[in-house]
Amino acid sequence: MSAALTVWVKGVGFWAPGAASWQAFRDAVATGGDAGDTARPVADVLPANERRRAPESVLLAAAVAGQAVSMSGADAATLPCVFASAHGDQAITDYMCRTLAETPTDLSPTKFHNSVHNAPAGYWTIATHCHASSSAVSGGETSFGAGLLEAATLAVADERDVLLASYDIAGAGPLGEMTGGTGAFAAALVLSPHAEGSTMRLDISPAPGNSGHDALGNAWLDDVTASNPSAHAVPLMLALAAGRSTALRVAAARGLDIHVDVEVTP
Amino acid sequence: MPHPMPPLAISAYTATSALGRGLDAHAAAIADSRSGLTANDFSVAPLTCFIGRVAGLEHDALPAELAEWDCRNNRLAWLALNQDGFVDAVKDARERYGASRVAVLLGTSTASVGATEEGYRRLDHGRMPADLHRPVLHTPHSLAGFVAAAFDLEGPCLTVATACSSSSKVFANAERMIRLGLIDAAIVGGTDTLCDSVLFGFNSLELVSPGPCQPFDANRNGISIGEAAGFALLERAVEGTRDPLLIGYGEASDAHHMSTPHPEGLGAELALRDTLARAGIDAADVDYINLHGTASQKNDEVEAALVTRSFPATTRASSTKGFTGHTLGAAGILEAVITLLAMRDSCVPANLGATTPDPLCGPQMAWTVETRDIRIALSNSFGFGGNNACLAFARTGVAA
Repeated sequence: MSAALTVWVKGVGFWAPGAASWQAFRDAVATGGDAGDTARPVADVLPANERRRAPESVLLAAAVAGQAVSMSGADAATLPCVFASAHGDQAITDYMCRTLAETPTDLSPTKFHNSVHNAPAGYWTIATHCHASSSAVSGGETSFGAGLLEAATLAVADERDVLLASYDIAGAGPLGEMTGGTGAFAAALVLSPHAEGSTMRLDISPAPGNSGHDALGNAWLDDVTASNPSAHAVPLMLALAAGRSTALRVAAARGLDIHVDVEVTP
Repeated sequence: MPHPMPPLAISAYTATSALGRGLDAHAAAIADSRSGLTANDFSVAPLTCFIGRVAGLEHDALPAELAEWDCRNNRLAWLALNQDGFVDAVKDARERYGASRVAVLLGTSTASVGATEEGYRRLDHGRMPADLHRPVLHTPHSLAGFVAAAFDLEGPCLTVATACSSSSKVFANAERMIRLGLIDAAIVGGTDTLCDSVLFGFNSLELVSPGPCQPFDANRNGISIGEAAGFALLERAVEGTRDPLLIGYGEASDAHHMSTPHPEGLGAELALRDTLARAGIDAADVDYINLHGTASQKNDEVEAALVTRSFPATTRASSTKGFTGHTLGAAGILEAVITLLAMRDSCVPANLGATTPDPLCGPQMAWTVETRDIRIALSNSFGFGGNNACLAFARTGVAA
């Protein structure tokens, strides 16, 4: 049976503790899979003044999105984008809830408008002069799979290249105990309905049930994968980095996985 | 430009807001031009403003088997789902298509952050109090997770959280998934409830009016915040359907500012053109537009100019925020439902709250309620971050 959705990967972005770019991650994978240095995400798409003021979630999402778009050669100004995150900027939510409990009229207007789940999408479209559709989604613990399904669907349905960026930051305060996020992670893909110029194809089909995921057998990457919902992208990113054709399942909802056939031509 | 889309049937729909529970309460308030806004009595230290509050949420807990999800936002969602035969329509769709072929695609701005706020007000030794030690609530996905669990659905389940365009954009998500055969039906819609984050947040931006909001009034001075839930069930349209149709949608970004719209309404106009192209219609085919019309200085200025320059005088337009307040992430679905009612009842809602029309407004504005045949109608929703969406609907039996 043919896949429900076929998309080609034109660009990839990556940030994890121990690999601050897609290139750094590929190098780490090629040399045995040990963590490298942890560097701050470089969101050089944002203007310098925005970069100084931007919340961590925006920096992280813009950094990986910038890497993926740069690699793809696509024009960000015309690229529809989907920003996926289970919990958005938990540090801002923690700040808001603390302030509202203590001195609600002191709430910062800047923090408030940065608290919307689509803040990264907003800053990204402003910085890249993008007038295409932009979205901000969450799928809870299955946010990465839900975001991948949504972005691939958009690419095929509208016959356009689409940017997906999935990001989560570490939990903060009493909220952090609820979300269980222990660290930051982000990954981005430019997905295209057309093969030209790509060596990586994803055949994606919904697959009822949740199969769970096996340990990768690499302590660093297993820690990263467990650190937050966006990091459930790690097995797919590892296959792409290793240039390895494989099949894997990614949870996309309660009771629903997506089956992904990864086909990489050397 | 996108291709025209195959229409989708809206086989069930409902909404609950300050106007009441379900379609009849909304239709009656709109026919009578009766507002649901009241003086703010929400939160421990209420700000001086008007709100659109849904009565009874404090008393109607969720059924025991759904107790883990209990909070104001999910209570409002549950209340709305239980009107107008919506629950039965979903159960029927699940029966016909299977649990993995029905998607839950819902918009919200703040989901159940009200429960997180409450936890922070009564922390127990610096931790969430035991009764709120429920991780499913402390995430933007709380609403969609709850609805999927309530109906035991196992299809795609996605939260769209693009501020005030959220529950408009979910119609687009559903259309794409149905067209590509990933699913056969989708519950779309959304819920947002009053909480301190939005009341004090919009207050900090000086966007809240001290009185009831006055969309498109020359002297308007800000929004009134409301709460609402609404849902629609979308399926492929079959020959001879008697259901109203989704015939188009559009999405675009301003690329201008986080909390102020583009001064020429660029993103709003792109979303409108995208919608007309997908629907395969011209602006002159549009009989009614439910405007975003928040009563903020900037939104109404930009939107009034867009309507004045884009539509003939025969197109009628109004904001219904004066009835319900700005229900934020629920505004898209609430106003979609009001638009469907306008088509059903041949009733153009009044642009309630305005007494001195802004001179930027054109002859399209319906300042008072009108009886009018409405075959094709649009609904606009614009959000923070310059996120714009527009929906196009056609009445039963109107070929797109």
